[in-house]
Amino acid sequence: MSKQPAIELKNITKRFGKVVANKNVNLTAYRGEILSILGENGSGKTTLMNMISGIYFPDEGQIFVDGKEAVIASPKDAFEYKIGMIHQHFKLVDVFTAAENIVLGIENGKYDLKRSTGEIRKISEQYGFDLAAEKKIYSMSVSEKQTVEIIKVLYRGADILILDEPTAVLTPQETEKLFSILRNMRDDGKCIIIITHKLHEVLSLSDRVSVLRKGEYVGTVNTAETSESELTEMMVGKKIELNIERSEPKNSTDRLYVNGVTCMDRQGATVLDNVSFTAKSGEILGIAGIAGSGQRELLESIAGLQHLSSGEIFYIDPKTDKKENLRDKTPVQIREMGVRLSFVPEDRLGMGLVGNMDIIDNMMLRSYSKGHSMFLQRKAPKDLAMKIIHDLEVVTPGATTPVRRLSGGNVQKVLVGREIAASPTVLMVAYPVRGLDINSSYMIYNLLNEQKEKGVAIIFVGEDLDVLVELCDRIMVIGSGKITGIVDARMTTKEEIGLLMTKSKADGKENDNG
Amino acid sequence: MADTKKVKAHREPLVHIVKRDDMPSWKAWLIRIGTIVVSIFLMGCLSMMLTERSLIDTFEIMYRGVFGRIETGSTVMLWKYLQEIAILLCLALALTPAFKMKFWNCGAEGQALMGGLAAMVCMIELGKTLSYPVLLVVVIVASVVTGAVWGLIPAVFKALFNTNETLFTLMMNYIATQIIAYYVYIVGGGSNVIQPVAEGNLPVIGNNRYLVNIITVALITVLMYVYLKYSKHGYEISVVGESQNTARYIGINVKKVIIRTMVISGAVCGIAGMLLVAGTDHSINTDTVGGQGFTAIMVSWLGQFNPFIMVLMTGVICFLRMGAAKVADTCMLNASFADIVVGIVILCVVGCEFFIRYSVKFRHGKKEVKA
Amino acid sequence: MIVQFICRAILLGVPLLFGSTGEIVTEKSGHLNLGIPGIMYVGAISGVIGAFLYENACGNDAANMNGVLAVLIPFVCAVLGSTLMGFIYSFLTVTLRANQNVTGLALTTFGIGLGNFFGGSLIKLTETDMPSIALTKTSAFFSVKLPFADDLGAIGEIFFSHDFLTYLAIIIAVVVAFVLNRTRVGLNLRSVGENPATADAAGINVIRYKYVATCIGSAIAGLGGLQYVMAYANGVWSNNAFGDRGWMAIALVIFALWKPSSAIVGSFIFGALCNANNYIQGLGAETQELFKMLPYIVTIIVLIITSMRKKREHQPPASLGVSYFREER
Repeated sequence: MSKQPAIELKNITKRFGKVVANKNVNLTAYRGEILSILGENGSGKTTLMNMISGIYFPDEGQIFVDGKEAVIASPKDAFEYKIGMIHQHFKLVDVFTAAENIVLGIENGKYDLKRSTGEIRKISEQYGFDLAAEKKIYSMSVSEKQTVEIIKVLYRGADILILDEPTAVLTPQETEKLFSILRNMRDDGKCIIIITHKLHEVLSLSDRVSVLRKGEYVGTVNTAETSESELTEMMVGKKIELNIERSEPKNSTDRLYVNGVTCMDRQGATVLDNVSFTAKSGEILGIAGIAGSGQRELLESIAGLQHLSSGEIFYIDPKTDKKENLRDKTPVQIREMGVRLSFVPEDRLGMGLVGNMDIIDNMMLRSYSKGHSMFLQRKAPKDLAMKIIHDLEVVTPGATTPVRRLSGGNVQKVLVGREIAASPTVLMVAYPVRGLDINSSYMIYNLLNEQKEKGVAIIFVGEDLDVLVELCDRIMVIGSGKITGIVDARMTTKEEIGLLMTKSKADGKENDNG
Repeated sequence: MADTKKVKAHREPLVHIVKRDDMPSWKAWLIRIGTIVVSIFLMGCLSMMLTERSLIDTFEIMYRGVFGRIETGSTVMLWKYLQEIAILLCLALALTPAFKMKFWNCGAEGQALMGGLAAMVCMIELGKTLSYPVLLVVVIVASVVTGAVWGLIPAVFKALFNTNETLFTLMMNYIATQIIAYYVYIVGGGSNVIQPVAEGNLPVIGNNRYLVNIITVALITVLMYVYLKYSKHGYEISVVGESQNTARYIGINVKKVIIRTMVISGAVCGIAGMLLVAGTDHSINTDTVGGQGFTAIMVSWLGQFNPFIMVLMTGVICFLRMGAAKVADTCMLNASFADIVVGIVILCVVGCEFFIRYSVKFRHGKKEVKA
Repeated sequence: MIVQFICRAILLGVPLLFGSTGEIVTEKSGHLNLGIPGIMYVGAISGVIGAFLYENACGNDAANMNGVLAVLIPFVCAVLGSTLMGFIYSFLTVTLRANQNVTGLALTTFGIGLGNFFGGSLIKLTETDMPSIALTKTSAFFSVKLPFADDLGAIGEIFFSHDFLTYLAIIIAVVVAFVLNRTRVGLNLRSVGENPATADAAGINVIRYKYVATCIGSAIAGLGGLQYVMAYANGVWSNNAFGDRGWMAIALVIFALWKPSSAIVGSFIFGALCNANNYIQGLGAETQELFKMLPYIVTIIVLIITSMRKKREHQPPASLGVSYFREER
């Protein structure tokens, strides 16, 4: 049968201020197919899809739905065209129940939560979801929230589904389950568009791939007729080697020894449960796990930002071999003890840097309290800012530009640059390449490898298992706040790590072969 | 499927709002000052309609109301104007560190009243027993400490439990008002008036009763500028205000900063109250601060955390207030005319920020496409 | 005595109930309207102007006045005046995305100024020596009691002896509670206040909800001003007499934990607290002043307790005070 175009974009252009997010993009998606939109971070995939779902309105160009021009000025218009989008950052009201969230904004028919709950159950059964409709969103896990999002769209009868990076928060096993559901929907005749930057997902799931680069449409290929390297070339624009140089650890000694750390969140739930491991100098220790399994709390515990209910964190001084307990010390006390601990947190502009301050003032974050003067010294931070801008090729109008106006990659360079400038002995990085383009990502990997060569103990929290396996020396897997295994990165596979990520708590100990 | 959908008219958004990149500050100030000038002009027109006087007449009256007859050598009104600026500015300055920390201190009124009350109590109770220099020190310390305590209470709860400070500080104002009412009733013997007290007043410099106040506030202005811009405390305040997470990350004790900053904020409010009581009225009633604590919130916010811009803003607002009062007085309008004028001008200036942060684009020239 | 105390508490509580119900509706859309005190002044003065003009048109003779018109004209004026204020607030904070605290405070300054300005001007027009304006004839129409109230003794007095605005306040609060919790409009409104981006993505017209909620909220609050003048003060307007009731209404919102049904009880408790000083034997006038701070202290205690308990359902709407811009990046 010949496929019908469900949605067509013609010469779509969208600008934000001076930034052109999409330029003359043309795209067609058919019914009964899964189309991948592939592109690097910042290539305008999400912006493009937001225009189909009515969040943004294009500056130029036209959108056709089922061959007729459509004006989608608001998400409501999108629903009328049976378009539904599942956003990467879930759009759910925390204090509402799942059912309330699902019926939110629907206008026809009587408002009857009971009846809606029944309909929700029917949809859940049809596609094999598992959902408690009465549960409040704030007590849900990430994958439950995603289920709510998908059912929300199906409940509205959408037959064009857009999913923005749906697998970023899922384990390999959950991903496979989602993919099989998506394939069912495709066979139902729905049009599925999935935004991603993961090549293997594109190849395993989609029928066709459209590639965007820097806001521009590059081309569309049939998945069956393409290869990973061709897609990469389309995405990046030139052929590049995607190999990370990994050296063998040299003169590795114990640097940080974490013993039986347990930690609660504000509601009193255990977020870290008896965590023990050792980080060694001159090696990169990767930490893998589903988002929200305790990675953040673990790093914050070491940095002195979490209160521990039990356990110790010992730092072994490289010069004196003395053991120092970091438990219950504040970041300032840790610094005063002479422990050179650097930390690149996950939330760059919300934690590592201050978006509204310029680069110089951001350099000062780490050093401002030095000395006894009541007043600030701006000379040294200014020199450091200039050095980082120069050495790391930060693209900025100047050192006095607020960092929020830099692009994601440059923000990260400023942050990593500052943390490395403190010549650390322990360096912790959380999701350091999230949202970065390929070139910036590789620059970060190289910086980490340089530090490793210098004998720094590096703890790397990552989400992309391919990168973890290629970059790290050992990988520790964390699941629900427990260590479920520590494996040699050179010997392991993604599947093994994926299994460890979802491993049940009971058999966590058997795999302690680190 | 598709044909069941109702065919939509081509209703595209006509106007389109875009967030601007940072506008050059001279341009932003041009817009702000332009707005002020235009809104003052409109106010002139409004009073022209109400009073049936010409526009020039109206502004002439406003000018007289603020500066008096300077050409005849009389500077009484001018000093009064400067005094008004000083008090409002002092309150606005007090709020600035708190606002910079994103702590909505709406309690300047109460903090100043309590500072003033402390001064009053000392003047009355200790005025006869202590020598003047000692009494003066006691008066100053008492009002600073009392103002600080009034700011400290909501800050402690904010730091410990994240209690909403906007509403907390608002409530504290009315508690302060009632305490004053109580005290005035006791001392005034039910007459709601305390006769001016001669003891413990601030010194008078060069025969000018307002000069001490003005000099004090000028000093506070400079100190506050330096404190916010060049001191480590000021830096900590900005970091806490921008992101508490970042503050935690670099080891700033957020609770300590919140409490310390509110103590400073309350203390400066206390000074303002002291200037009003010991430096100006030598008496107190529930209306001593006269709502300026609220006006100060707007001034501080409009001044963008910059003390020197706040000087300008207070200058404008006091000009309007005094000028409009004079117009009302001369033309037999109700005295509340001044409140209306100040309210409208502030609403205009608040509104004009939109055009600094966003730009509005109109869509045009779209070709029709057959559905 | 107790009956009188309760009746008085209810009478004092009603303006607060109007004010806080209005503010709850506004806050549920994510806007903290600190202009409520000013809006209530405007509601009151608009009603006064309407009543004044109608009384004059009837030659100041109660016999010429039509009961329905005498009530309806001030009522409509109050609603229009306060809605207009609400519209100014929403235009500035929703469309122009101005800072809500500053806008609200400026509106309060403006509103109180307007109230006193027109009030003062009307007083001058009446050419009396009194610093007030008495609209007792209109007020009489407002305070018509239910006919059977007197036959029922104490019960009748407590439950049935009030002016119609009192019942209207309770009805409005109950209706608002019902709409918020049981209807689609309420669900949508709450989602706008909690997470406007989500509401927007769900196809809810966020801007329209914010405008409508703010304007309706202001209209309800304005009725509180009207009730104060016409029922509580027996139609006598004098400048600044309304006092800080507007702030107390905002305090009541917190006291009631953003629930209109609790606001009904809360307003009467507040009314009782405001009034307790008059009914406790042997209080000096100075102690009475101290007693007047009770409602504020109670509010602060409630504020602290709710912030300590951190129950998710008892918190203010999550995006309260934050402007929404769809294309925020």
